Amino acid sequence: MKDLRTISVTVNGTPYSREVETRRTLADFLRLDLKLTGTHLGCEHGACGACTVRVEGEAVRSCLMLAVQTNGKSVATVEGLAKDGKLTPMQNQFWEKHGLQCGFCTPGILMTMTEFLEENPDPTESEVRDALSGNICRCTGYQAIVDAVLATAAQARGEQ
Amino acid sequence: MQMRSFGQSIKRKEDPAFLTGKGRYVDDIELPNMAHAAFVRSPLAHAKIKSIDASAARAMDGVIAVITYHELPETLRQRRLPLVVPVESLTNPRLPYTLARDEVCYVGEAIAIVVAENRYIAEDAVAQVMVDLEPLGVVADCRAGLLEGAPRSHLGADSNIAATMPSVTGDIDAAFSNARHVFKESIFQHRGGAFFMECRGAIAHYDQFSENLLVYVSSQGVHRIKRSFHELFDIQDSKLRIVTPDVGGGFGPKGSYYVEYGAVAAASMATGRPVKWIEDRRENFVATHQERDQYWDVEIAVDENAKILGVRGTLTHDNGAYTPWGIVLPWISVATVPGPYVIPAYDMTLISVITNKVPTTPVRGAGRPQAVFVMERLLERVAKELGLDPAEVRRRNFIKPEQMPYDVGVIFRDGRPVVYDSGDYPKCQEVALEAINYEAFAERQKAALSEGRYIGIGIGNAVEATGLGPYEGVTVRIGTNGNITAYTGATPQGQAHKTTLAQIVADHFGVSIDAVTVETGDTSNISFGIGTFASRTAVNAGSSAHLAGQAVATKVREIAAQLLEVEPDDIELTDGVARVKGPSNRFKTLRELAVYSLGKPGFSLAPGMTPGLENTAYFTPTQSSYANGTSVAEVEVDVETGRVHINRLVMSHDCGRVINPMVVDGQVVGGVAHGVGNALFERMVHDDQAQPLSTNFGEYMLPLAADVPRVEIHHQETASPNNPLGVKGAGEGGTIPTIVAIVNAVANALAPLGVHIAEAPLSPQRIIQLIDEAKARSVA
Amino acid sequence: MKPSPFTYHAPTTTAELTELLGTLDDVRIIAGGQSLMPMMNFRFVQPGHLIDLNTVGGLAYVDVQRDFIEIGASTRQRFLQRSQDIAKHMPIVGEALSHVGHRQTRARGTIGGSLCHFDPSAELVNMAALHDAVLTLTSVDGDRSISFGEFGLGFLTTSVQPNEFLRSVRLARWPEGHGYGFEEFAMRHGDFAICAVSCLMTLDDRGAIDRLAVAVSGVSETPVRLTEMEGRLRGTMPDAGTATDLAAAAGDIEAMSDAYITSDYRSHLARVITRRAFTKATERADQRVRA
Repeated sequence: MKDLRTISVTVNGTPYSREVETRRTLADFLRLDLKLTGTHLGCEHGACGACTVRVEGEAVRSCLMLAVQTNGKSVATVEGLAKDGKLTPMQNQFWEKHGLQCGFCTPGILMTMTEFLEENPDPTESEVRDALSGNICRCTGYQAIVDAVLATAAQARGEQ
Repeated sequence: MQMRSFGQSIKRKEDPAFLTGKGRYVDDIELPNMAHAAFVRSPLAHAKIKSIDASAARAMDGVIAVITYHELPETLRQRRLPLVVPVESLTNPRLPYTLARDEVCYVGEAIAIVVAENRYIAEDAVAQVMVDLEPLGVVADCRAGLLEGAPRSHLGADSNIAATMPSVTGDIDAAFSNARHVFKESIFQHRGGAFFMECRGAIAHYDQFSENLLVYVSSQGVHRIKRSFHELFDIQDSKLRIVTPDVGGGFGPKGSYYVEYGAVAAASMATGRPVKWIEDRRENFVATHQERDQYWDVEIAVDENAKILGVRGTLTHDNGAYTPWGIVLPWISVATVPGPYVIPAYDMTLISVITNKVPTTPVRGAGRPQAVFVMERLLERVAKELGLDPAEVRRRNFIKPEQMPYDVGVIFRDGRPVVYDSGDYPKCQEVALEAINYEAFAERQKAALSEGRYIGIGIGNAVEATGLGPYEGVTVRIGTNGNITAYTGATPQGQAHKTTLAQIVADHFGVSIDAVTVETGDTSNISFGIGTFASRTAVNAGSSAHLAGQAVATKVREIAAQLLEVEPDDIELTDGVARVKGPSNRFKTLRELAVYSLGKPGFSLAPGMTPGLENTAYFTPTQSSYANGTSVAEVEVDVETGRVHINRLVMSHDCGRVINPMVVDGQVVGGVAHGVGNALFERMVHDDQAQPLSTNFGEYMLPLAADVPRVEIHHQETASPNNPLGVKGAGEGGTIPTIVAIVNAVANALAPLGVHIAEAPLSPQRIIQLIDEAKARSVA
Repeated sequence: MKPSPFTYHAPTTTAELTELLGTLDDVRIIAGGQSLMPMMNFRFVQPGHLIDLNTVGGLAYVDVQRDFIEIGASTRQRFLQRSQDIAKHMPIVGEALSHVGHRQTRARGTIGGSLCHFDPSAELVNMAALHDAVLTLTSVDGDRSISFGEFGLGFLTTSVQPNEFLRSVRLARWPEGHGYGFEEFAMRHGDFAICAVSCLMTLDDRGAIDRLAVAVSGVSETPVRLTEMEGRLRGTMPDAGTATDLAAAAGDIEAMSDAYITSDYRSHLARVITRRAFTKATERADQRVRA
């Protein structure tokens, strides 16, 4: 009586095929089926942004998508950011600027803001804060995150 | 000793894992054959349990067990949760059973635990457990609970009062009868919850063969959780191990032992499988401890020069349904009111009221923001009534640096007198005022007002007891591979202990922090511990890290000196080797010395020397170290909508010597953001039957990136004489004075409209109401 | 907070979709899922069948016609935000969209989902009210087009029948150079509006109001067009007095109250926000434009 489907999804460039219960969220699929536990669940009602991943390039809440809805699609998670042990410029700036404390919201923020800078490579502080407002961080007061994002953008523009 | 790391803004050791998704939080742990739990919780704030029918749930596919009170192990049926901090004035303590026996006293109280093959099925089954409840009278408000004829929050209770406790110093009657001015305020304050991003969670693994119980739990201190397990389960000390992996924020409420932990352990014992329970956000809103309401009726007596003669009043505190922490929270409030001011006479009585809401325990600031709010609002009132500058009123009343140590005359919650050890309060305020150009503010305000804009400035000054004892331990050990490891019971939730403690230890060996590993959160690593809360880890664990590191370094020198045939003082430790000072290139590596320290043919340790490069220090401070801070906010209020925009926020802060400025700045800025939430956004709303309504992040509003100001921080560093490092706590100082600084600024902005404010948080709607009330008063 | 079990359906054509809708009971359609999924995670909604609109082709588009813009129901909010056509011909929609949730929810959320959810404070519902939307509903029996007034019945309630789905929405175009203003008051960026007001305006040669549309949402259970004032103010100069009259009308809307916001404050905000939206529209109205 379980409603099951077999889905094929490419995650961080690796193709996976899995049978899932249709009610399984994308977040649970990543965490439980693929053991990609870097995607965190902070609220499961689409408010905190901790579970943000990219589906077909777009930053989305993985608690508000079903795994079956990603059939045939590509998904990117925090595990796919650093390549060969080399942090991305944004990850490095988060490290430099103390843009994380407990680290729980960090993967969702990295996924959101990486996408944001691709769309807006030269943002103002206010634009960064607006873009960040779909992610809740209880530790940092956001300031160091904002600084890290601005520094990443400046670095990409060759200003640092 | 070379100072290489201490005091430096070194990048955190924790970060590469967190940045790449390799953090290991409790929900990331998967044990073989693990089952998953969900709880049946009370939908009513107060009710009698008439019956529970779990037969349908038990019959469901994938359901392994449904456990109610009646199926718990015998000890859990006999014993209620332990009282963490018993005190004499707590005359009516209330503690729950692991699962409710015959009465539920708040919405969210656990009634049964369902164990299933996965969380989806567990939630399906929770809906099938039929609980027949008979509603009882509800105490939904702490003041209502004091009224004659009020319902009782617990069946059979004589009273809803948990505790009444006076804090008195000086001749209060004389102070008030001789005062030129007495001003009275009734102040309401509400603080919400911690709302860490990682909800609580626990995995219990009871091994039926060895009878070992291993519990992974997202906590702020494993040893105290272990103590509570010992109170509730009859289990050998050697067979009980508590581990806390990475923790996604704590802010106080993760320091408690909760009923769910014992229930999960009981479930593992009953099913023979590891059982994981991860709190979801809906549970988090109803079952994780919070702070809540405080009503203060206070008055201040001053002379003609605005010098304080006395402060007195009562604090009525909403404790919630149970008292696991006794009266810690309101007690801290009462002891914090005097702040940085000379108050010759003080008389404050706390009344802690048991209501039918989730229990309260400290949240970042722990009752201090409310206390500071009270004192600073009173001073604003004095300034207004006497026509003085608010900053000047404070200047006239500051404790001067030369008065240190300063005995406030009241007793802190650790049972010790409040004696400020150090700090320069006048300077702290001046630095903040200068940074925000306070002197010129009146001009700015006037100019803005002429354009119809309402800007205001507000000050908050706080003194904060940090580094609460009794101790925290650190073991420093050099393995026979040369690795330096520090083990501690302090359990971080984002505060960078793995970096800052490494900085302290590394300096003793002349190595970088990369050469020092810090292990936290495991009762098998160090015998005793308290945990990370109350801004206590830098003082307690930091000092222990220093003392243990120093002792091991001394031993390293002694053994090296013996081997190299020089005096220990001739040995210096750099880059992982013990080297003879001077031009000769004679040295022993730490690895070699670690092997020698365990005994080697042909080598004997000096008489009296114990084997191994290891030392454990338990630093026990004689009293708290008192940090202080000034928060100054400049706001603009849209008087049409009531929206508050914080234009600037300057924080002048003294937490003694700073181990890692970048980390301290992070703590301060994060703390300020929490204060912004408490000042303007966060409110846990209940209906008149104590039903929590704000149970999602749409209705309970945490500050978002666009809502918080950029914080400008100015550090003072007044070393504490109470610990070898001169440090003080930094985790809460950003929050404590900020709430009132913002509210004072709003009040200042709206002063031209005749608005009087004596509450927090302030919503836009409330601001419009206050403006309307002021208009009505001026018309009348 | 996991959804209860359901049977999932992923039709690829509207024919398959209407067939499913015509035969199954206890159905919910999932579009962007940004409102439905939270309700399912909380188990406030426990459908027996979940039909995915995302797999149905041909429902995401922006089609600019002379008198209206037709938008396919599955068009994502973010797509609308990026649409040059929308920016050019209906700039107020872009402004409204910047207040809709957050970038992650706009990436999934659709205009059709927002309309069918019919939250009274939703910005896109306001836009439909403002632009005299005509909505096309489809079932096995074919299409039917209804006005916004016929579509929205009340709080989270529409007239979409169980065997129907919303296929598209037509928003009436205003002439190039029209004035527009969208203002809202929410507690935080991205929150549901406590009050949102949108205003469209054209002026005649004299600079007097030629045509006006004002939609107030968040205040009552459905967005309210200030129809009477829109007519009465025609021919008057858009000055402070006009703004005050309009604001007063907004303040007269019977306002809801809940555990957080009183009806008084909602009415108060309706007045303030209406005046601001009207003022902004006035500033932007190009006086050379005739209706």
